Amino acid sequence: MRVILFIMQKEFIQVFRNRMMLPILFVIPIIQLLILVNAATYEMKNIRIAFVDYDHSTFSQRFITKIRGTDYFIVGDNQSSVNTAIKAIDENKVTAVVVIPKDFEKKLKSNAYPLKIQVLINAINSVNATISYSYVQQIFLSLKNEDVFAKQTGNMPVQTINTIPRYWYNADFNYKKYMVPGVLVMLVTLISFLLAALNIVREKEVGTIEQLNVTPIKKYQFIIGKLLPFWILALFELALGLTIGKLVYDIPLAGSLPLLFAFSGVYMIVLLSMGLFVSTLVDNQQQATLVSFFFLMVFILLSGLFTSLESMPPWIQYINKINPLAYYVSVMRMILLKGSGFIDILPHFISISILAMAAMTLAVFRYRKTSG
Amino acid sequence: MKELNAFIKKEFIHIFRDWRTLLVLFAIPAIQLIVFGYAISNDLKYISVGVWDKSNDEMSRKMIAKLAFSDFFKVNAVLSNESEIESLFKKGTIKEVIIVEDKFSKKLIRDGIANVQVIADATEPNTANMAVNYTTAMINAFAQEINKQPLKPSPFTAEVKMLYNPTLQASWMFVPGIIALILTLISVMLTSVSIVREKEFGSMELLLVTPLKPITIIVGKVIPYFILSVFNISFIFLLGHLLFHVPVAGSIVTLYFISLLYIILALTIGIFISVSVSNQQIAMMISLVALMLPTILLSGFIFPIENMPKWLQVFSAIMPPRYFIEALRGIMLKGNGIVELWKDFAVIAGMMVVFIVLSIKKYKSRLM
Repeated sequence: MRVILFIMQKEFIQVFRNRMMLPILFVIPIIQLLILVNAATYEMKNIRIAFVDYDHSTFSQRFITKIRGTDYFIVGDNQSSVNTAIKAIDENKVTAVVVIPKDFEKKLKSNAYPLKIQVLINAINSVNATISYSYVQQIFLSLKNEDVFAKQTGNMPVQTINTIPRYWYNADFNYKKYMVPGVLVMLVTLISFLLAALNIVREKEVGTIEQLNVTPIKKYQFIIGKLLPFWILALFELALGLTIGKLVYDIPLAGSLPLLFAFSGVYMIVLLSMGLFVSTLVDNQQQATLVSFFFLMVFILLSGLFTSLESMPPWIQYINKINPLAYYVSVMRMILLKGSGFIDILPHFISISILAMAAMTLAVFRYRKTSG
Repeated sequence: MKELNAFIKKEFIHIFRDWRTLLVLFAIPAIQLIVFGYAISNDLKYISVGVWDKSNDEMSRKMIAKLAFSDFFKVNAVLSNESEIESLFKKGTIKEVIIVEDKFSKKLIRDGIANVQVIADATEPNTANMAVNYTTAMINAFAQEINKQPLKPSPFTAEVKMLYNPTLQASWMFVPGIIALILTLISVMLTSVSIVREKEFGSMELLLVTPLKPITIIVGKVIPYFILSVFNISFIFLLGHLLFHVPVAGSIVTLYFISLLYIILALTIGIFISVSVSNQQIAMMISLVALMLPTILLSGFIFPIENMPKWLQVFSAIMPPRYFIEALRGIMLKGNGIVELWKDFAVIAGMMVVFIVLSIKKYKSRLM
C-alpha cells in the first residue's frame, strides 16, 4: 500500500510541477466548456430567409408577415429575381429563399390548382437544411389551413382529431442543457485518456521505465499507482465542469450526484485501462497521441454526442455496445436532465462494468507481456 | 541544397519507419468518411414510442395501428397509468408517449372533435420536435381518412430545391471538414511534435552545431509533412468521390492551390507551437485539446456558424480552418473560383505571414 502511495505521490508531483500542464488540465477545459457549448447548436433562431415576390399581393404579404412573426427567421430584403436570390445564397447572405410566382393570388382565387411555390435552400449543411425546411413547411401548413378553412367553411371536415403536444424535461428546447453534459463528457474523456496513454510511453521513451522495472515494485502496484492519480484528477475535473455547468448554464442536476460519480468512476477505469493499453502498443508519444486520437474520434462520433443515436443505422448501434462513450453520454444526460435513478441506468451500469473488467484485464495482460 | 536533400531523406526515413503513424494517418480519414457518410443522417426512423390508449375502442385502435405500421414509429410499450410515463422516460426506452383520451370514438362522433396528447422526451430537442411533427402529420392523415372525403386537392404546394447538395448527403458537407481536420492534425500536431522531440532528447543541439543552417533544419523538417499532407488530401478527395460521389464543381487547380496554402499555414502553426513549448506532451496536449475541439466545433464543420451567438461568431472568425472549409465548400460544391473566394484566400495568406513572423521571433530568442 505504501509503495502505491509513493508512486502516486511521484505522479502528482510530476503533473503539478509542470507549469504548462496545469492550465492545460484545468483552464483550457473550462474555457472550452464556456465557449463550445454555445457553438454546438442546431437550435435555429436566425435562419436568414428572403423572398422573391413576383406577385405583390395580399397573399405574399401575409406569407411574409407570418414568417416574420416566428422566432426562427430573419427576413432579409426582397430579392428582385430568382437569379439575384441564387447569387445571395451563393455568397452566404441568405440560407433560404421563397419564390412566389406571378398572379399567384389570382389563380388561387380562381381555384386554378395546384399552384407551386418554390423554396430554395442552401443544402451544403444537410442537417441545417432539413431543419430550416421543416420550419418553412410549418408556415406553409398554417397558411394552407387558414386558406382552406376560410374558403370552405361549410365543408369543414366533420371529425377532427386535435393533437396536443407537450415536451418534458426541456420544454423550451434549450440546446445548451443538451450539450453541456455532452461537451463535459468529451473534455473529461480526452484529457484522462491522453494523460494515461502518454504517461507510460513517456517513461518508456525517456528510459525511466527500465529503472522502475528493476525496483521491487510489483506490477499491480505500479499500474494502480500510475492510474489512480489520473482517476482522481478526472473525477475532480468532472466536479469542476459540473459546477460550471450549474453556475453558468443552469443545467438541471435532476438526479443523484453520488450515482453520477459512481458511474463516472467505473467509466474512468475503462478509459484509463484503454489508455494504458494504447501505451503498451506504441513506442513513443507521437504514436500514442495519434492512436488515441483515432480511437477517441471514432468513439466520440458514434456516441450520439453530436448527432442523435436514433437516426443511426442498426450496425452502428451494435458497434456502440463496446463504445464506453455511448453509455457515458446517455447516462450523463439521463441522470442530469431526467433524474434517472440507479434502477433506470442499471443495464448501462452492468455493461460499463463488464467493459471495465475487460479493458482492465486486456491492459494488464498486455502490459506484463511487453515489459515483464 | 545537398544538405537539405540529405536532411529531408533522414526525416522521411523517420516517418516511414513508423508504420503505425502512417496507418493511422490514412485510416482516420477513411473511417471518418465512412462513419459520417453512412452513420449520420437526419431521417428519424422507428422512433420508440409508448401508447396509452385510455378508451381502447374501434377508432383509437385503428389510429394506433396506423402509427404502429408506419416506418416512423415502433411501439415499445403499452401504458396504463400516468406514473409509467416518467419511469419509461427515465429508463430511456421510449422517446414519446401517445395518449388517446377516454371515449375517443364517442367524442369524435358526438362532438366531432377528440383529443390526442403527445408527450415527448425533449432532452434531445430536435428529435423531440421531429417526432411530434411526424405524429401530428400521421394523426391528421388518419382524420382525413375517417372523414371518408376525397382528399381535397391542396391549393398550393412547396416545391423545394436543395441547392448544391440536392440529395442532402451528409458526406458532401463533411468531406471538406474532414480534410481541414486531417490537415490540421498532420501539419500542426506532427510538425510541432517532431521539432520538440529533438529538443527534448537533446538532439536539437547536435543538429544546431552541424553546418546546417537553422532555416534548413526547419524547412527539412517541414517538407516531408508537406508531401505527406498532399498525398493525404488527394486520398480523401478520391475516397469522397468514389464512395459518396462528392463533386468538385470548381476547378481542381484552385482546389489544390487553396489546400497547399492551408497546409503551409498549418505547418507554420505547428512550428510556432513547437518553438513555444518545452516537451512533446505539452505540444500534443495543445494541438489536440486546444486545437482539435475548436476545429471541429467553431469552424462550421458540423454546426453552422450562423446558428451561433454573435460573440461566438467573432471567435469563429479567428479560427484558420473556418476559412479553409468555406473555400473548400465553395470550390467543391458551389463551383466558386478565386474571384468569389478571394477573402478566404487573403485571410489564410495573412495568417500564414503572422505565424511565420511570430515563429521567427520566438525561434531566435530560444535557440540562438
